[in-house]
Amino acid sequence: MAQSVVVQVGQCGNQIGCCFWDLALREHASVNKKGIYDDALKNFFRNVDTRGTGISKGRICSLKARAVLIDMEEGVVNEILQGPLKDVFDSKQLITNVSGSGNNWAVGYKVFGSHYRDQIVEKLRQTAEHCDCLQCFFLIHSMGGGTGSGLGTFILNVLEDEFPEVYRFVTSVFPSGEDDVITSPYNSVLAMKELNEHADCVLPIENESLFDIVSKINQMINSGKPGTTVKQQSLVTLNEGGIKKKLDEKPFDKMNNIVANLLLNLTSSSRFEGSLNMDLNEISMNLVPFPQLHYLVSSLTPLYTLADVNIPPRRLDQMFSDAFSKDYQLIQADPKHSLYLACALLVRGNVQISDIRRNIERLKSSLHFVSWNQEGWKTSLCSVPPVGHSHSLLALANNTCVKPTFMELKNRFLRLYKKKACVFDITSFMERNLSVRSLLKFLSFLVCQAALWESLAHLHHYLQVDRMEDSCFTEAVSSLSSLIEKYNELDVTKGLPIHEQVRLNIVI
Amino acid sequence: MSVVTVQLGQCGNQIGYEVFDTMCRDLHNTQGFCSKRENEIYQASCKEHFFNEDKSEVPVARALLIDMEPKVISQTLLKAAHSGRWKYGQHSHFCQRQGSGNNWAYGYSVHGPKHEESIMNLIQREVEEYDSLSGFSIIMSMAGGTGSGLGAFLTQNLRDAYPNSFIMNQVIWPYGTGEVIVQNYNSVLTLSHLYRSSDALLVHENDVVHKICAKLMNIKQISFRDVNQVIAHQLGSVFQPTYSSEDSFQYRRNPLGGFKDPALYTSWLQPSDAFCEWRTHRAFNKYEKSAALVSNSQFLLKPLDTIVGKAWNMFASKAYVHQYTKFGIEEEDFLDSFTVLEQIVASYCNL
Repeated sequence: MAQSVVVQVGQCGNQIGCCFWDLALREHASVNKKGIYDDALKNFFRNVDTRGTGISKGRICSLKARAVLIDMEEGVVNEILQGPLKDVFDSKQLITNVSGSGNNWAVGYKVFGSHYRDQIVEKLRQTAEHCDCLQCFFLIHSMGGGTGSGLGTFILNVLEDEFPEVYRFVTSVFPSGEDDVITSPYNSVLAMKELNEHADCVLPIENESLFDIVSKINQMINSGKPGTTVKQQSLVTLNEGGIKKKLDEKPFDKMNNIVANLLLNLTSSSRFEGSLNMDLNEISMNLVPFPQLHYLVSSLTPLYTLADVNIPPRRLDQMFSDAFSKDYQLIQADPKHSLYLACALLVRGNVQISDIRRNIERLKSSLHFVSWNQEGWKTSLCSVPPVGHSHSLLALANNTCVKPTFMELKNRFLRLYKKKACVFDITSFMERNLSVRSLLKFLSFLVCQAALWESLAHLHHYLQVDRMEDSCFTEAVSSLSSLIEKYNELDVTKGLPIHEQVRLNIVI
Repeated sequence: MSVVTVQLGQCGNQIGYEVFDTMCRDLHNTQGFCSKRENEIYQASCKEHFFNEDKSEVPVARALLIDMEPKVISQTLLKAAHSGRWKYGQHSHFCQRQGSGNNWAYGYSVHGPKHEESIMNLIQREVEEYDSLSGFSIIMSMAGGTGSGLGAFLTQNLRDAYPNSFIMNQVIWPYGTGEVIVQNYNSVLTLSHLYRSSDALLVHENDVVHKICAKLMNIKQISFRDVNQVIAHQLGSVFQPTYSSEDSFQYRRNPLGGFKDPALYTSWLQPSDAFCEWRTHRAFNKYEKSAALVSNSQFLLKPLDTIVGKAWNMFASKAYVHQYTKFGIEEEDFLDSFTVLEQIVASYCNL
């Protein structure tokens, strides 16, 4: 069985990562009653004795996560090391600093990247050496800040250089429009160029979607309607305390748990047995028809299970319908009205092939698939359901609906970056009589100049970093534009009549 | 004479298990609807073809389990051992740590050459156990990466190593609406390669078997286990020991020999020659009467044509091709495969 390594970078990356390890332990604990270190556990955990030497079989002694934790501030990682999961990580797996990246991609990538490269490579190699067959790196980070975005994508490059045969799956949290980091569009677009070129597969996540899911669950729980008590264990937002809760913050823990569940479900079929297994290399093989189009929209269902056993369980088919509803998606997008390139259904638990087939038949008429992949469905069946559920479904779609998200990102970038030329003939102003009109014109000139100076000031923070140039920005936005164009080319084919390609003519 | 069954990939191993399980159950059936002596002769014959005896007297399946990742083989070995009625040989499996990722090119060009020696040695050791080898029955799917790609590679190798043996491939045709998105590519590549090295391809279509489960057997929630058991039953009845036409008191020594009959394959036939009947007096699996029909007809033309059409459509847009060229299967290889299959389609059409 192959192993995977999680590389969690920056504040967001480490918080999500921590939730992931907490939930992974809980999942394995509920399945692995005998305490034997089995192949399923081996995927994400090492088994070590009191001296820290690896034990490959037999009883579980001490489990260590196959993870590398990197942050340029100490806060989050320290909290993890003082919390309930402190024994799951060891000091050799960490790289921290105190100064932070100042929400600046260039600092994360160019400064910390080059400074820590050797250490990063060493930690990765150590972690890889503990695997007898390393299959995949999971990189978790956010796009809007400095460390996750800059150093995270630097590490993506390192992974490609040092371990070219190993898959690189990236879970990226994209900033929303109201993000309080002003330069988040710069950081995101600069990071996206790296994702375009060096990731095998990207799962974009938007906080707004996670927030909506959390609200939906809260509404349900607090509705007071009879029979709406949920099984606590089954909540997709449950956290058992990987990190100490901060009461005055947004419900990030709950949101992070949703992402953690995504990763657990993604890897379930390669860890546990089932009648139709799906390994991680099959995700890329089936869902990435062209190298650059590797952004997948994910949706997770169900969000919870009701505790009252007298209430009949929701029909199985409802689970499939929900997976194609916007309410269960992890990004704000509309796949139903865009074009599907490919779609994968990862089913867990008490579901059979006939259930899947019936639902595919039922749903496919309302979905638009690209002409050369009209029946492009990949399915997998894992026998082991998530904790608290009898079955679950993770749908992954390669769909052109990500285009508006990327276009919005590009627009926010350009609003910040474009230097507006404000021309004002100041001498002629001085000579003419002061009129209201000319006064207004002068004021708008000042505002324009102020905006220009502000934009230049932000830019200055990037450009003053060694080896950071204007061309980095222009190349990044150009990479994003070309990606958007690829989606455009596919979109125009939507709804067109499908022409069967002329087949080879054989003379016998 | 013995048949060596090679179970490849998840599908091959899951089905292979059901085949041996079915045959074992049938063996132990005392209700043969025939005389006791008949039953004994039948049982001996069946056992000889498909099972070995070992010290523990539990029959050992004459099978090799091959997969590129360990989960399915572990499960299969365990299930067989737990049944108590039969088991697999201790050293008759080969597996690796990481699967073929649904990638025919990976199965054929990477796993194939890398593990060629180990796998061929494993096969040779098994073959050497028998006085006479009737042939190979290879169970594989077309849609995935190991069964299809490694299966094609292995069949070629077997043809080279055992030029006089009969090689039959049990090929599982995937559901039309995807189990795997690149299944049409994998199928086209598999069929074109098998065509050159295999003696016969016995095709089992998931869609058809699914319908059998639904309509004829009235199963409500059909699982892969149900599908596999139907296929196993079909295979079991095909491989039942049968009387040869020359000697009506002796079971055919070679269960695969009947397939060599040229009357099955020519395209110009007298009706009386076209149909070959094999009889056995002993009932199979408690059915009082049963018939298994194996035919070489235009029946497969439509499914084959459909798969080639879909694969061609996808190929025209070059979608997913980079995943294959990464491992050495180039566009020309695709084109060669398409050409071979179009020829087959045309040949069947012209009948």
